[in-house]
Amino acid sequence: MCALAGALAVLTLVEVAYQLITGASLSVSRFGPAFLVHTGWKPNFGVFGAGTVLYGTAVTALMAMTLATPLGIAIALYLSMLAPRGIRAVVGPLVEMLAAIPSVILGLWGVIVLAPFVQQHVEPGLHRVFGFIPIFGEPQTTGLSLFTAGLILTIMVVPIVASLSRDLFLTVPRDLKEGAEALGATRWEVIRGVVLPTTASGVAAATVLGLGRALGEAIAVAQVIGDGNVIHASLFAPGATLASRIALDFQFVVSKLHTASLFYLAVILLVIGLVTNLIAQAIAGRFDVQRGLVR
Amino acid sequence: MRPSGMRPSDDEPSGESTDQSARRRVRIQTSTPDHRPASPATNGIQPTSGREAVFDITDMSVSYGEKPALAWTTLKIDRNLATAVIGPSGCGKSTFIRSLNRMNDSIPGFKLGGKILYHGQDLYGSAVNRVEVRRRIGMVFQKPNPFPKSIFDNVAWAPRNLGLKADLDARVERALRDAALWDEVKDRLRESALGLSGGQQQRLCIARAIAIEPDVVLLDEPASALDPIATASIEDLISTLKSRYTIVIVTHNMQQAARVADRTAFFSLDSTSSARVGTLIEYGDTDAIFRHPSDPRTRDYVTGRFG
Amino acid sequence: MSPLPDGTDPVDSAPAESAMESAPADSTAPADLTASGNLRRRAAISRVVDASATASALLAVAVLGVLVFGVVKQGASSLSFDFLTENPPQFGGPGGGIASAIVGTVLIVTLAAMMAVPIGVLAALYLTEFAGRRSGFARVLKMALDLMQGLPTVVVGLFVFGLLVAGHGNSGFAGSVALAIVMLPLIARSSQEVLLLVPHSLREAAEALGVSRWRTVVGVILPAALSGIVTGSILAIARAAGETAPLLFVDSLYTPGVQLNLFGHAVPNIPVMIFTLSEGADPSGVARAWGAALVLLAVILAANIGARVLLARSRRRTMG
Repeated sequence: MCALAGALAVLTLVEVAYQLITGASLSVSRFGPAFLVHTGWKPNFGVFGAGTVLYGTAVTALMAMTLATPLGIAIALYLSMLAPRGIRAVVGPLVEMLAAIPSVILGLWGVIVLAPFVQQHVEPGLHRVFGFIPIFGEPQTTGLSLFTAGLILTIMVVPIVASLSRDLFLTVPRDLKEGAEALGATRWEVIRGVVLPTTASGVAAATVLGLGRALGEAIAVAQVIGDGNVIHASLFAPGATLASRIALDFQFVVSKLHTASLFYLAVILLVIGLVTNLIAQAIAGRFDVQRGLVR
Repeated sequence: MRPSGMRPSDDEPSGESTDQSARRRVRIQTSTPDHRPASPATNGIQPTSGREAVFDITDMSVSYGEKPALAWTTLKIDRNLATAVIGPSGCGKSTFIRSLNRMNDSIPGFKLGGKILYHGQDLYGSAVNRVEVRRRIGMVFQKPNPFPKSIFDNVAWAPRNLGLKADLDARVERALRDAALWDEVKDRLRESALGLSGGQQQRLCIARAIAIEPDVVLLDEPASALDPIATASIEDLISTLKSRYTIVIVTHNMQQAARVADRTAFFSLDSTSSARVGTLIEYGDTDAIFRHPSDPRTRDYVTGRFG
Repeated sequence: MSPLPDGTDPVDSAPAESAMESAPADSTAPADLTASGNLRRRAAISRVVDASATASALLAVAVLGVLVFGVVKQGASSLSFDFLTENPPQFGGPGGGIASAIVGTVLIVTLAAMMAVPIGVLAALYLTEFAGRRSGFARVLKMALDLMQGLPTVVVGLFVFGLLVAGHGNSGFAGSVALAIVMLPLIARSSQEVLLLVPHSLREAAEALGVSRWRTVVGVILPAALSGIVTGSILAIARAAGETAPLLFVDSLYTPGVQLNLFGHAVPNIPVMIFTLSEGADPSGVARAWGAALVLLAVILAANIGARVLLARSRRRTMG
């Protein structure tokens, strides 16, 4: 009976792929692989292409990972090696709590609180200082932009990277750390020489898992990204990601081709999601990252 | 062996370089941890050749939170000698030696009483930098703990940190030679250290420790996890190392202490007090400790009657 | 005490060849024990790292605080008894509450849990108790569960749309199926972890008594792992309760009134309501969204904290 339950789980996965592919068939047969690079998205004219959203997905995910990876690792180092026991027991769960916040609430806060703040204070500042770099272009009127979406994604990814990395750092054997300390090494040298190298593959896998989250997040991103259809160089322009496009367009589809194109986007998203998951498993090496164990 | 007197006579001037074999008495505590000894008994005679005292330990005691681990301990550890610390399990030997390079600092509740002077400086003084302490006082642990790096990088890691990058190859070779490991690994320096046998790994740890040329090398039961052949190689090492470093070695193997050490300190659990706390029972030339121990507890231990 | 007995000064630098050969290690003898050589710089670097790590942790806690505070501040003004007991107004505008959405979410999540928990726990049992060590199917199952956990929730929603909704219309049941798919891998994983913690000695003792595998599982192992499985399930259920994307495609075309029949009818639910209202321009709608967000957040955080406390307590008991 247990095996049956297991079989059901496996079957579901297969069925997911099947459903998506059949749902997308109209669009796939119409556009083929060119869909992936075409950047037009005009539903009313039957123009569909994944180019814009692939750009938006890549940019927001890149921004989130650039910010979240060092932050997450730093927090993990704090929790595993620096914080006194009492603080560790409080701050650790607080960081994990951040991951428990539903994305729709994060998005709501993003729309109402974060976006105006970013638009009024952050974007102008960045534009003033770094405006010569194209990604820091003119701030738009609403603050609903790739940049804000990137910030929201950062908030979502940091606790993932931090919690998983903290668990990994705690697996470093004490006698290795002591051996390093006994050689007259500072704490940073112990981290750099022993803790990080020993856990490198696990931390990399945790980062990829965080990336998977950033790539697949639909709701919060949909709420703050501004639903743009055109590729802009500036981060402060509105945009769209694979997931946000599916979420936002679906309620207002205008044609069967439109629906099929959204399914096509979903197929791409599914492949991306599966690939990142598999990559994470492959590079985790001897760690079972999500269980915080050494296999 | 002189009869034990009641006279404390600890007036050795430090820094003497005269090489007289003056026989002196040293005060040794045998009291309970609750109060300072009222009547110190002198057990054993510590001969000194006028060597400099590297560690001058006075009334040292250690407790972890509420639990006392080590009672009032007083002794001097002299330069370029191998001093063994022996005694039954749980009598504070590890606590003692780890306190000498402040490795106990990270253990919660660790509290040190008394004073440990290292070349006349208070080891636990407020201005003392722990990292600096460990640079001068190195340690080799019971279980070999090589880093998951290459053999070369294991030895070169600490010198690189310290900025001793000039002639790194030569330094690594020297350390490996001094640890009697060079011939076995010279052709595979870039291979992982984890591929070495237990005895080789431990010698690698010793090479690692001496690569930065510390002043003192502490060894916490370095051979207890090794087979007899590896043990013998470690013991040979110690005899050669002590000409350059001051060695303190904890061992539960009495024969080992008799083989390698110039001086021996015998710790045991103080059975006279209510709490079982480690105490220094007797300290002196290894020969004296093993052939003519003055304290009956020492005699019982070295003759194998207990422990 | 600083100069050496023989009068030389302590030297702290890369010792030359000749110094190595001489007997005592002059180079590191009696200087004082404050930072020497490059230690001052290295210690400063280490301190900078310490400070950055601490600052990062503080930043995370601060963001959490700002978020929670923001939700509380914005949502508190909407909260009232009426808010929790009245339905949303038919055509938007002020007044009303989220009662129907609360009811709907409870129903949908409960049905989803009824589907996901048994399958998830059974799958976990299969993997830890019944599968052979080298079973190919077990490996496939493990991978399938891992992949399922990595599925973007949008994909899950679209999948259930294609499966149950296309041609049939939105329904609460479809929403439950979608949420069950989200819950399943989480429950299976956490149950596995707990089951692996059950000491082997228990299994061996039962086997030695000639008890069948199934009886052992039901009578010995499950009870031992029960509290862990329950807390893991609570966490997974709480997580799914906050998910919007799975429901957006299958259960978003609902009417504001309470709907108790999940089959064939779209049921109002909190996450989709928040999402829809947040996109809208109606300020009272937005206020309602904040109120709903506060309720949802409070329930989820409470479930999280409660599960954590339960876990800590049960862990203390099994580890003794």
